[in-house]
Amino acid sequence: MALRMWASSAANALGVSCAPKSHLLPAFSLSRCFSTVLEGLKYATTHEWVKHEGSVATIGVTDHAQSHLGDVVFADLPEGGTVTAGKAFASVESVKATSDVNSPISGEIVEVNTKLSDSPGLINSSPYEEGWMIKVKPSNPAELESLMGPEEYKKFCEEEDAHH
Amino acid sequence: MKLTAQCFRPPNLTRAVLQLTLTCLILMQRVLKAWELLEVKSVLRDKIPVVRRFSGGGTVIVDHGTVFVSFVCNKDSVPSLQPYPQPIMAWSSLLYDQVFHGAGDFKLRENDYVFGNRKFGGNAQSIIKNRWIHHTSFLWDYDEINMAYLKVPARAPKYRMERNHSEFICRVKDFLPRSAFIEGIIKAAGTHFSLRFVPWDAIELSAAANFMPSSRMLTRQELKAAIDAEPESLLSQSM
Repeated sequence: MALRMWASSAANALGVSCAPKSHLLPAFSLSRCFSTVLEGLKYATTHEWVKHEGSVATIGVTDHAQSHLGDVVFADLPEGGTVTAGKAFASVESVKATSDVNSPISGEIVEVNTKLSDSPGLINSSPYEEGWMIKVKPSNPAELESLMGPEEYKKFCEEEDAHH
Repeated sequence: MKLTAQCFRPPNLTRAVLQLTLTCLILMQRVLKAWELLEVKSVLRDKIPVVRRFSGGGTVIVDHGTVFVSFVCNKDSVPSLQPYPQPIMAWSSLLYDQVFHGAGDFKLRENDYVFGNRKFGGNAQSIIKNRWIHHTSFLWDYDEINMAYLKVPARAPKYRMERNHSEFICRVKDFLPRSAFIEGIIKAAGTHFSLRFVPWDAIELSAAANFMPSSRMLTRQELKAAIDAEPESLLSQSM
């Protein structure tokens, strides 16, 4: 009931034309909560982060992503192999939904966070630290340069949420 | 499942798929073990197929009384919709409110569709980079006997309040006529999209599509292994 009342009131606030039909559609995004963006990381438009230290890059999903996914109940991670920039390498399941996780860079997987099999909720509680997913030896370091820095990613998230 | 998963792949068209199920089978969630979700001995004895689903969502038993509705969309198909679980769920609940409004005390409750506090529709989603699926299995009707194959899950919505299946679910047919149900869904979808009806046999499911769905049927060996994996304490309770 609360959801219907919320949606009804939101419908009056936003009019969207869905060609060829035009009628009021509600704003579907939930109220904006502030997500953490860390310095020293690089970010993908699909809301994964990369921390490059020496010859290894650590990858996980951002605070913005985990807050939108909801409680993660299962993380389906690879056992090894390689990843390709822009392609899915894992999936996470939150209540009623599975969502792909895409790798920001290409490379060889050198370590997988096995803690996530017993504690997938670490992705929610500690997305940048204990919730990391894989460590990769980058095959094309230039790909890191095409990713967003913290300020750019923060602005990207704000614009994305404002647009919806 | 296979048809919906096939629609999820290129070409990236927005599709709504309405399916009527003919066979009794179990769609099992990915997360838990078979013995946690099913009365495995009964399932094996009666040769009920069990499919581990690729999308999120719980474990359900479907039969000739189940109606599946799946929306397979590009991420920009619905204006202003963020491709995350809760916004997609909110959008679909508004669509179905057009179908069920006035039929009963319809609402979205903890990701289920209910009349009052009884569930008649379960939801599941799969979200990839530029596409998402939202599907709902509606209990138009169901066979009470089939519910005995399912255990009450450990992780259940709060509003279930430990009720057994009979007390927890209800039939859509008790609330509105079938024509109103089916036509209502089509009409509601038509308020969001321009619709073009495609005959069933026009949808290609050939092996030439080189498509391997990630949902898969569990083998008898896997189900037997599930019995062996079940803790002794639970086995003795079920006997």
